[in-house]
Amino acid sequence: MSEQERKVKRPKESPKGDEAQATAAVTEKGKELKERMDEVIDEIDEVLEENSEEFVRNYVQRGGE
Amino acid sequence: MAVERVIGIETEFGITTRNPHGFDPVGNSILLINSHEAVQAIKAIWDYAGENPLLDARGFEVSGERERPSQKDNRAINKVLLNGGRLYVDGAHPEYSSPEVMNARDLVLYEKAGERVLEMSRQAANRLLPPDAHLYIYKNNTDGKGNSYGSHENYLMARGVPFEKIVEGLTAFLVTRQIFAGAGKVGAENQTDPVEYQISQRSDFFEAWIGLDTMAKRPIINTRDEPHADEEKYRRLHVIVGDSNMSEFATYLKVGAMAIVLSMVEDGWVRKDLALEDPVRAIKEISHDVTCRRKVRLKRGVELSGVEIQREYLEMAWAYYQGREASPQVLDILEKWAWVLDKLEEDPWQLHRHLDWVIKMELIRSYMERRKVGFEDQRISMLDLQFHDIRREKGLFYLLERQGLVERIVTDTEIEEAVEFPPPDTRAYFRGMCLRKYRDQVYGASWSSLLFDTGDAAVKKIPMAEPTRGTRKLVQEVLDRSGSVRELFDNLTG
Repeated sequence: MSEQERKVKRPKESPKGDEAQATAAVTEKGKELKERMDEVIDEIDEVLEENSEEFVRNYVQRGGE
Repeated sequence: MAVERVIGIETEFGITTRNPHGFDPVGNSILLINSHEAVQAIKAIWDYAGENPLLDARGFEVSGERERPSQKDNRAINKVLLNGGRLYVDGAHPEYSSPEVMNARDLVLYEKAGERVLEMSRQAANRLLPPDAHLYIYKNNTDGKGNSYGSHENYLMARGVPFEKIVEGLTAFLVTRQIFAGAGKVGAENQTDPVEYQISQRSDFFEAWIGLDTMAKRPIINTRDEPHADEEKYRRLHVIVGDSNMSEFATYLKVGAMAIVLSMVEDGWVRKDLALEDPVRAIKEISHDVTCRRKVRLKRGVELSGVEIQREYLEMAWAYYQGREASPQVLDILEKWAWVLDKLEEDPWQLHRHLDWVIKMELIRSYMERRKVGFEDQRISMLDLQFHDIRREKGLFYLLERQGLVERIVTDTEIEEAVEFPPPDTRAYFRGMCLRKYRDQVYGASWSSLLFDTGDAAVKKIPMAEPTRGTRKLVQEVLDRSGSVRELFDNLTG
């Protein structure tokens, strides 16, 4: 075994008191992401294949493997 | 084998064009893999001698046609790559096999390198084709119309482990790991219950628990017994039940956790009774529930969710590594596995940077909200498909990656190196470096052999039945002092 290897220590459970804080952080992150996603959606419309309906309908593959 | 393991992955890609009338997927796949100059410069054929995909791990041989193309066809449908991997045409799809690697992180690297090889080939092919015949390549697993193509993982393991133990130890793990390894899909297929969005691309297609087939009546545990290595010593476990992942994080955790569980199976450490009452039903039930709360029934009567079953495996893994040395990577995988299960239980949405099915679900949800459309809008199906587009400027996964909205495991520079050079610590090193150094003398290659044309009447073969040999450590010196293939043979045998 190489010297880099170390013993396994199991991480401790996070204390329950942090939950409210964690929820607030998640909400904050959610807001941030929403704003970012607004920009992303505009960019998606620019690159999304034209005539989506036809493109998707025509996408037929033979089963593989 | 608690730390490292020989692993590899095969990816089948979807191929299409804007004007599909009269489109020939076989011809275009052949054109694709023969278009890129660096790939095409290697003329080695694929050495099928010794391959037998019809051997069953349960101990019998199935009748059927073995694949043996003519030499010309062989060269047209097979490309051996400088990184030790293989690019080929399998049926009506282009397919890439990674070289053999020794850990999950390298697997991510070489799996992504395959995407780059396909993309370079696609660009080269399109320079030869008129615009309306330009090729589009998707790394997904279904066309949304009931046709599926695969992503197959390969794990080398000890031959001595009875196959029943593998089945017993792995079934519940493989049925439930989609909660972090699924690539997400709009709708349901293959006569399963209707659903708007589900976790896995592939789960709808699994119809058997155990079997040799991969194309029809797909089994959760595949019994193909073709080790491409010393068959007295090794078995190659062929896992066909996974989705192709765009997310590096998902691939890393999928393969990393699997390798850990496999070590536990080998060492007799999967001791909890997690036998499912109906694995084929359970895999679909879990896929069809994006809350991850749905419980499936075990044989012993209790009901557990996918997260709970994964936790049982994780518990056993923590216990297994008590008193055992574990590499930093194994510890990293255990920590990520634990963290992901916690987040899945709280709210899967939190993994919108990590797991394909959540990344895509969030993308679709945001799109529907902003454009005020529902799942019936064809743009949503297009999002579902284009998420898997391998073009880095148009693929939607790559659009998110560019914006820093997905988690990464490896860097672009490392991926570019993995296109050119083999991994250092398996026999793929010898394969890749021989192709680099003696390109025109390599007559053929397979996973377990290299064939050389030394100018003599007969082709000379170097068998490579041991996947952990042929490494940089073992062969670099002899390669350095062998200016020609003849010298290489002299030095190897002298």
